[in-house]
Amino acid sequence: MSLQQFINEAVSPWMKEDGPDSDIVLSSRIRLARNFAHVPFPIIASEDQLGKILEFFSQEFEHQAFGDYQRFELVQISDLKPIEKRVLVEKHLISPNLAENTDTGAALISQNEQVSVMINEEDHIRIQLYYPGLQLERALDKASEFDNWLEEKIDYAFDEKRGYLTSCPTNVGTGMRASVMMHLPALVLTQQMNQVIPAINQLGLVVRGIYGEGSEALGNIFQISNQITLGKSEQDIVEDLKSVVQQLIERERNARQMIMNQSGIKLEDKIFRSYGVLAHSRVIESKEASRCLSDVRLGIDLGLIQNVSKTILNELMVLTQPGFLQQYAKKALSPEERDVRRAELIRERLKLEKE
Amino acid sequence: MECQECHQRPATVHFTQVINGNKTEVHLCEPCAQEKGYMMDQYGGDFSIGNLLSGLFNFESSPLTSGHSTTFTPNSGLKCEKCGMTYDEFKRTGKFGCAHCYQTFDAQIDPILRRVHSGNTRHNGKIPERMGGNLHIQRELERYRGELQDLIQREEFEKAAKIRDKIRSLENELNRKKDGEE
Repeated sequence: MSLQQFINEAVSPWMKEDGPDSDIVLSSRIRLARNFAHVPFPIIASEDQLGKILEFFSQEFEHQAFGDYQRFELVQISDLKPIEKRVLVEKHLISPNLAENTDTGAALISQNEQVSVMINEEDHIRIQLYYPGLQLERALDKASEFDNWLEEKIDYAFDEKRGYLTSCPTNVGTGMRASVMMHLPALVLTQQMNQVIPAINQLGLVVRGIYGEGSEALGNIFQISNQITLGKSEQDIVEDLKSVVQQLIERERNARQMIMNQSGIKLEDKIFRSYGVLAHSRVIESKEASRCLSDVRLGIDLGLIQNVSKTILNELMVLTQPGFLQQYAKKALSPEERDVRRAELIRERLKLEKE
Repeated sequence: MECQECHQRPATVHFTQVINGNKTEVHLCEPCAQEKGYMMDQYGGDFSIGNLLSGLFNFESSPLTSGHSTTFTPNSGLKCEKCGMTYDEFKRTGKFGCAHCYQTFDAQIDPILRRVHSGNTRHNGKIPERMGGNLHIQRELERYRGELQDLIQREEFEKAAKIRDKIRSLENELNRKKDGEE
């Protein structure tokens, strides 16, 4: 039943809650990489060894609860159809890399989808924990408590000098990647991102598109995360990231104000044109859809568009991805068919809002 | 835009390199790019993080250190006894095979970690609750010892005495645990 929920609902339950600065920060995430001390890392381990890890998780943690996280469900990649895998990737519950491990890959997912533990990815264990809005410290505290809960039953690969040992030297130490998803339309519109990105890189942080490494910034959504995992404490890493994010929030707000003051009617026109496209188009590509969705969301945040819920960007960005569209249609679709479906789905969704 | 090498053909290959935040852009035509080695497919086209990393590891054969490596190559043949990963393989894939590899290649990895983690080679974050054992006490001791130095310098001897007592009791605890282990 739960697998059905993971796959049918585009918006995870935790995303429906409002978080601090959620007009700009969509979500905060903490990822912790962990490994078993006495099993070779997945790239080199035998199928048998990895199978045992999977079995261990199924015995010790499946259907368990931890604090607010009710009933963990163990989803095995081998049980999933290609479209279902794609849906879980689009929801960020599993990584594309894990989806390829059809023999021994799995994810332990909490009912509210706030916690997802990827098993036998590049490392044996990758804990992911999400919060809505800018709540990095809270996410870190929770992730750390959850990590302790797992450690009660697992001997982690840990070394006094190098910290948590990971397959890739880019993750060693804390094993932590803290990241935030930000909607920055005004910084893009005023062409400030080109200056902002190199400055952020200089501070040891990375800027990426919505679907991680190498992906494009669809819908003006950017993911910002720490690069360095060794030599700094988790708290310091989160603190540094947070201070940069807060500066970006301020810059984005100023840029929004500036555009409104200087070319209010033009901006309003752009936003309502996009709204028109979404409300009436019959064929729409995902690139155009995400651009228009970003405009509409900006319109909502600026108070220009009312009666449309703020979560529309988050929801439709996921819902209009190829995997979800096909899951909705209950069959495989060609790219052209998808563009028609996408337009249909967006029109329906916007009609729902008005009623 | 014309090619910045030959200044004849139009530039069609654009290469941006960011090293520690310093951005350099190169604009070349295809023949010049081939010549300069900027064309990716020449190397098989696979541009994964592993390959990028293994690029970083090849510093050993750079001109700076080549003086040593010609006469003395300590790393080739190095092999992890637990998982069988060789140093050459690690260099090629950029991934460790198991936790023990960190000890096997300990002498080699400091420069790599320094490059990837802005000069850091030692962990300074969380210690596992259960497995961390005495490390928690050792970290606390380090913190108190630093505090004690500060207090003595500021001549706050009453507070210093309290900290000193705390240090003593922690040291006792540590010694007791160590005895218990033996």
